[in-house]
Amino acid sequence: MSQTISSRRGFLKAAALAGALAAVGGCASLGGSKAKVVVIGGGYGGATLARYLTLWGGGKIDVSLVERNPSFISCPMSNLVIAGYRKIEDITVSYDGLKARGVRVIQGEVTGIDATARKVKLADGSELPYDRLVVSPGIEFMWNDVGGMATAAAQEAIPHAWKAGTQTLLLQKQLMAMKDGGVFAISIPRAPYRCPPGPYERACLVADYLKKNKPKSKVLILDANEDVVSKKGLFTKAWQGTYGGMIEYRNNNELKEVDVASRTAILEFDKVKADVLNVVPPQRAADIARTAGLINVNNRWCDIDWLTMESKAVPNVHVLGDATFPAPTMPKSGHMANQQAKLAAAALIDLFDGKAPNANPMLMNTCYSYVSEKQGIHVSSVHHYDAAKKTMLPVTGSGGVSVAASVIEGDFAAAWARNIWADSLS
Amino acid sequence: MKQNTMRLAWRGVLLATAGLLAAAPAFAQTSVARSLAATCANCHGTDGHAKDGMKTLAGKPADEIIKLVSEFRTGQRPATIMHQISKGYTEDQIKMVAEYFAQQPAK
Repeated sequence: MSQTISSRRGFLKAAALAGALAAVGGCASLGGSKAKVVVIGGGYGGATLARYLTLWGGGKIDVSLVERNPSFISCPMSNLVIAGYRKIEDITVSYDGLKARGVRVIQGEVTGIDATARKVKLADGSELPYDRLVVSPGIEFMWNDVGGMATAAAQEAIPHAWKAGTQTLLLQKQLMAMKDGGVFAISIPRAPYRCPPGPYERACLVADYLKKNKPKSKVLILDANEDVVSKKGLFTKAWQGTYGGMIEYRNNNELKEVDVASRTAILEFDKVKADVLNVVPPQRAADIARTAGLINVNNRWCDIDWLTMESKAVPNVHVLGDATFPAPTMPKSGHMANQQAKLAAAALIDLFDGKAPNANPMLMNTCYSYVSEKQGIHVSSVHHYDAAKKTMLPVTGSGGVSVAASVIEGDFAAAWARNIWADSLS
Repeated sequence: MKQNTMRLAWRGVLLATAGLLAAAPAFAQTSVARSLAATCANCHGTDGHAKDGMKTLAGKPADEIIKLVSEFRTGQRPATIMHQISKGYTEDQIKMVAEYFAQQPAK
């Protein structure tokens, strides 16, 4: 009898050791229950993260995705919708692909995160427990920095169209209704902001539409920056060549206030009255990042560990996409959010398996822009992890921009969209 | 009896540990290749299965992919963008990516 007990004790000791090894391994699936990942935000970052956990996770990870919108609407390609060259349906993708993969997609609003109890709280009162949380919340507009724009009515009269959907259609409608000979003015905030080439692409596509339909009109770019932030040579060539004189670029023109009733942009030294006024306001990481205490750079962005995308402010919480404090020369783009998501997915799987994450991760970026309905240009970059500086740095000698705008690259831009939407959401 | 049980239990632990250790390097290599290849997926599709208008890489022989990328790097083969992107990866990384795509079943 005593022998049996001590035998059992011996076995238990060995079993405990095995358990300890597993615990060191941290493999949440060994205990029978799956590791739980909750993802907040179903944009390029969050959707891709959810999808790749199902692709790479070996069925050992339970993935829930909370998104407030019923479907994904792409910001890239949305400037084509404004100019009337695409329908909003063409840039809308459903979450059915993710659902079919077993991702629990919840349409809802996150109200809080309890990082100690590891729970996400939703507006309907429900709670989602997690082992690891991924926050890919996108941006919030800093309306307090632009006088007169704080109300919903003001934001409807003066659209930003910097989150795709209703706002895209609002701006499209205003452009279509504008009289020939009118002025379309676009205000650009200081970098960093979402999609560096986006405002310049928009100016091109609006001009393309106006040239064909309302040729006496004008596009005015009011840029808070000292110079064109992205693809300068290629954009200025289009402005001066293709649209000869129709587009006027003004640097160092930071928007201070808007007189909504008269559609007047009030700048530091000047006032500009427009027929359509499009204000892209200054941006920061979205509200839920602030609520969760994830914002730790300039009261705007979330600093993260580039090996795992884990927040430097809150443990077990990973941040993706435009909300992150960018590494040097890294753009806030949908492409980059998708890349960061795949880095994070691999890291989460390693962490759950008790392994060190990949010590040499790579990220690459391509941003295509249209300079006309058919012609495209690009900027590309490749980034590697620098262990000494603990950040991602561009690989010397890599990346660059197009030699010239071309229809081939316009077609590549459309193909890029089809492929990244499938890679993120199918 | 007691010793036998202990020994068996220990053997189980050791086997399990040895198994994990043996499997680790091969798996790590695979997952690194998989992550590298995933940086191509935005344009060339998940695991190299591209949608219309981009080149599918899944199931292509590794040598063919390596040759193509090398020619982009040297400028021997004209490109709109691949000459810029290919220079961001080392030859070893390109080999890993090519071998990963070659292993993916063509659809």
